Amino acid sequence: MNKIASTDISPPPGGPVTLDLYAQRQKIQVRSVSGFFQNIRVVTIWGMLTVFMALPWMTWKGRQALLFDLPGRHFYLFGWTFQPQDFIYLSWLLAIGAFSLFALTVVAGRVYCGYVCPQTVWTKIFIWIEKFTEGERNARLRLDRSPLTINKVLRRSMKHAGWMAVALATGITFIGYFSPVRELYGDLWHLRLGFWQVFWVLFFTATTYLNAGWMREQVCMFMCPYGRFQSVMFDRDTLIISYDAKRGDPRGSRKRGSDPHALGLGDCIDCDMCVQVCPTGIDIRDGLQFQCIQCAACIDACDGIMRQMGYDKGMVRYTSENTLETGQPLHVLRPRLLGYVAVLSLLCGLFLYSLAGRIPLTVEAIHDRNQLYRESNDGTIENSYLLKVMNESQQMQRYSLSLEGDKAIHVEAMTPPSFSLRPGEMVSLPVTLEADPGYLADSHYSIRFVIAEMNDTNVKQAAAGSFLAPASR
Amino acid sequence: MSNFWSCYIIAIVALNIGLCLWLLNWTCKISSDEKGGETTGHSFDGITEYNNPLPRWWLWLFYLTIAFGLCYLTLYPGLGKYPGYLHWTSHGAHDQEQMEYEKQYAPMYAAYYAVPLEKLAKDSSALQVGNHLFEINCAACHGSDARGARGFPNLTDKDWLHGGSPQQIEETILNGRDGQMPAWGPILGEQGVKEVANYALSLSDRKVDPALATVGKPRFAAMCAACHGGDGKGNQAIGAPNLTDTIWLYGGDEATVIKTITFGRNGHMPAWKDTLGPERVHLLAAYVWSLSNSASP
Repeated sequence: MNKIASTDISPPPGGPVTLDLYAQRQKIQVRSVSGFFQNIRVVTIWGMLTVFMALPWMTWKGRQALLFDLPGRHFYLFGWTFQPQDFIYLSWLLAIGAFSLFALTVVAGRVYCGYVCPQTVWTKIFIWIEKFTEGERNARLRLDRSPLTINKVLRRSMKHAGWMAVALATGITFIGYFSPVRELYGDLWHLRLGFWQVFWVLFFTATTYLNAGWMREQVCMFMCPYGRFQSVMFDRDTLIISYDAKRGDPRGSRKRGSDPHALGLGDCIDCDMCVQVCPTGIDIRDGLQFQCIQCAACIDACDGIMRQMGYDKGMVRYTSENTLETGQPLHVLRPRLLGYVAVLSLLCGLFLYSLAGRIPLTVEAIHDRNQLYRESNDGTIENSYLLKVMNESQQMQRYSLSLEGDKAIHVEAMTPPSFSLRPGEMVSLPVTLEADPGYLADSHYSIRFVIAEMNDTNVKQAAAGSFLAPASR
Repeated sequence: MSNFWSCYIIAIVALNIGLCLWLLNWTCKISSDEKGGETTGHSFDGITEYNNPLPRWWLWLFYLTIAFGLCYLTLYPGLGKYPGYLHWTSHGAHDQEQMEYEKQYAPMYAAYYAVPLEKLAKDSSALQVGNHLFEINCAACHGSDARGARGFPNLTDKDWLHGGSPQQIEETILNGRDGQMPAWGPILGEQGVKEVANYALSLSDRKVDPALATVGKPRFAAMCAACHGGDGKGNQAIGAPNLTDTIWLYGGDEATVIKTITFGRNGHMPAWKDTLGPERVHLLAAYVWSLSNSASP
């Protein structure tokens, strides 16, 4: 039910009609509203923006604390340095994020969408800029309709300049996570940025500008996969924002102070405020709709009106379908939620456990492929390997090699016997193992190459390998 | 590609693009039997579908993909034999990328190339580059530890078929080597081969049948000494191995030596000049030389 469009577009009744499956987007001008939930949103929205803008500037032991060096394949997170082979941790993190979201959605619906989603955060900030430059909703609607005047041009250009400034700051900051932010800013002021830095800064500036300025609710409605599949996590006890039809209907305008019961009316005065403040342009009184991002703007708007009318607040409120229909208290602890929480705790526990036990050292042993073994001139059996060792710590390390396995097998040659690696450095070391065939009974031995830090006994990593010998002698 | 297949592909591509355009036009509107036109008229098990139209720009995106496709087909190969305006090819892209890398690393290689081999073999960063080149290009035959394999010489010892000076090693890598041992079976006969084998083994103080070795000695002098030398110490100028040491390229037991003499051997070291270029070979030579001259760190 769209109250803004006033022309009757319904086709004449009777007979088949042609429907357009694509329609011009109706521009939504959102009325600003204040209230309890909007105060919370101001905190979460500015909080998210501040965290995003400030994080790249944090330092850790003299280096940018969060830096994802894509060309160098090093991902610095405070005291950790991750390599592409550590992507399993990212999978853990994503799984934890997903299950947190699921658990949250089961309890309280789309709170993520309404309070902290970047699309919401930046859209809201862009709307604030819009309000500052073009005025409140009515002024903006007037401006939309007005002919091109100097005033209109001025206000519009101010708005777009503001949007662009925020978008540019966002783009630069985002690239600051991938390219050292201090150098990035330095190079920016001196116009010394490389082609790809400029490209990506402009790319993210453009997407921010388009998504928060022009696309807005369309991102949530047509693009966001999460928004579309969230409803499967809803049940009848999930908190949703709902209009209490029992209390509000029948709707109708009335004079302040008049008795609604005498007029045969409910509490809803049909003032349309809940529609005007909705960032996705829906009427909450039509019931739960997929567009609703649960920003609670309609709650604050309605509560304000109810206060003016002297009615109780909460005609539009956070409630569950069950509570709304039966009046029973909210039922929070459900098997589905407990399941999500159980999986979530398990994931968190395993994640922390594996992260705490992570040894910042990678060792791989590759047996030579061209020959399984070699008989040396003095009759011993030799196997050669390529040992790949990578220092994943943030300090210089010195390693030595030892061997675990059958006593008959020993290291014949490795150059050099011990070696130092800078943080993030990798070496390939040829290693030759040797055994006296007199002591070999088998054709296959499992061995382990153990690389250990010479000063830190905790840093020790092994790679499994095979020692092969002739089957019959 | 023959003209027929070229036309066939062009026709299919053109037909597909045309069909896409037609499909887009055909599906952007539907006819609904529903009175009032609120739903799309689809009804499945009594569930009807509301018409919630997508934004108009969504349709433009579809048209944009067609425009993109047309631009792509103009610029890049796709329409049968037509090579595209940019004349892009995958091997051209590969060559260009390789050229960029060459350009990037050329100064480094040029700097190393100017350093004499003996000095380069003491430069640990040069040896590291040499080690990488060795693992990629040489390890398949000589082993990642350069200790060789049957038929592929060990490069870490002091025994060299064609000379072990840095310059000789560089020459070997650049131009390759061929080790030719002729087959003596038809000339010497089975017994003759056995006698020569026993004599050859006696040169490195192995236990042999003295009677056979004694008979083999004059045969060796007549047939083998031309290459391996009268004393059996070999000749690096032609790559004839030293037979007096314990190092055997193809194996030193009697059966193997008899096989070697009977059927001969053909060793082949490929020339790397054209594949790697003299600068990389220079680094490889320094690395290989450093393996047996343990000035390496």
